[in-house]
Amino acid sequence: MTKQTALYTAHKEHSAKFVSFAGYELPIHYGSQIGEHHTVRQSAGMFDVSHMTTVDIHGAGAMDWLRHLLTNDVAKLSDGRALYTCMCREDGGVLDDLIVYRMTTDRFRLIVNAATREKDLAWMQGHKPAGVELDELLDTSLIAVQGPDAVKLAAQALKEVGQTLPIESLNRFAALESKDWFIGRTGYTGEDGVEISLPDAQALAFWQALTEQGVKPAGLGARDTLRLEAGLCLYGQDLDEDHSPAESGIATTIDINDPDRDFIGRETLEDHKMFGGRFCQIGLVLDGRGVLRQGQIVERVGRDIGRVTSGTFSPTRELSIALARVDKEFLGGCDVNIRNRLVGAHIASVPFVPHGRARE
Amino acid sequence: MEIPGDLKFAPSHEWVRIEEDGSVTVGISGHAQEQLGDLVFVETPEVDHVCEAEEGIAVVESVKAASDIYAPVAGKILDTNGNLAENPELVNSEPYEGGWIFKLLPDELADVENLMDPDDYQAYCEAEE
Repeated sequence: MTKQTALYTAHKEHSAKFVSFAGYELPIHYGSQIGEHHTVRQSAGMFDVSHMTTVDIHGAGAMDWLRHLLTNDVAKLSDGRALYTCMCREDGGVLDDLIVYRMTTDRFRLIVNAATREKDLAWMQGHKPAGVELDELLDTSLIAVQGPDAVKLAAQALKEVGQTLPIESLNRFAALESKDWFIGRTGYTGEDGVEISLPDAQALAFWQALTEQGVKPAGLGARDTLRLEAGLCLYGQDLDEDHSPAESGIATTIDINDPDRDFIGRETLEDHKMFGGRFCQIGLVLDGRGVLRQGQIVERVGRDIGRVTSGTFSPTRELSIALARVDKEFLGGCDVNIRNRLVGAHIASVPFVPHGRARE
Repeated sequence: MEIPGDLKFAPSHEWVRIEEDGSVTVGISGHAQEQLGDLVFVETPEVDHVCEAEEGIAVVESVKAASDIYAPVAGKILDTNGNLAENPELVNSEPYEGGWIFKLLPDELADVENLMDPDDYQAYCEAEE
């Protein structure tokens, strides 16, 4: 049975077209996926991402444990700051990618993917020492407000509902909380913005307040074209258990600076961090008409060298873009097999739309 | 979206309008464009191409997926909508007007008469849900 978020009725009122995703009925768009994409790049859009999983970690051993569990090093965070990291298997394969916030040395918050919820929770429970508690946050909604005007409009909406959190002075990748509200200046679109966690009971009223400030609802379709333009990975497509972060374009999530930090997967990941794995991630821009899509074969001079992991049409650049994983020996231009036609593509810099602006 | 009364429909969601000169104009229905989402490319057929009924002769591509458009009846392609190269979104905003895809000369006009009326098509779509 698919679940609904606390904002379901708001989505219906805005004429959402629903799709089933990670066990939830969520809006894919509210009328125009491309229109919603442009709205996020030009002003502000909001996404209901309440299906994602929030887990609070607390106890005196919390920091040491997370330094062991995660590929990036939470010791370099100060209170109220977040970082992007992977959680890997012993062989370096990625179990999930996630954002971890440090609130104090003994209290952390993890936001993990909806689709990997059961797997992640089981893994964490299985690797947790005594003295560290895991609490999944329930009855909580998560709204992402993204775009050049997002922070300004979200701040006004917060005032309207009586929340006095000073988000305009929040640094990127920093968070603050007040009672049951938690706000991070993070996002998945390449734009400035905030991700706001709040009790389900207050979600509809806050969504309404955001609407009144001019923020437009945006669905999962726009979320995907935005994140791909920004070069951000999607677990299950660009990331999976069979490849390391270094083979997926996110070697930056592997921190080997502290030689004494023994984290799960360190042996393989240290090697991959320094020398790369067998595969690497590349960005592709299609030279001809068509749309690059997950699973298409990437060829070089007739040889199969890899696969498109995520592809789409970029509304901002008006051409097709993709992330692909290819055998590292490859360099230069290539062809992609699109419905049995070979179309030329060239490697492009990722992100395709850096800081929300189209490349010249 | 209201369906214009003078149209006929194929089960694969193409609409057909009989023109005064005996040719027919073809596009995809409001229901179809809504299912597809925002279109980014339309591949129109070649003029003078001779097609069978139900032959895949055009392609519409949205961000989500590519979909084939089928000839509603057998005939010869007379013309294609040149505006769709620059503005594929016309198929979404005006599926029955500016978003027409091609014109063809049917082998038998009777084949067009045998297609669904707007009411039958409406019922057909509801049954498909």
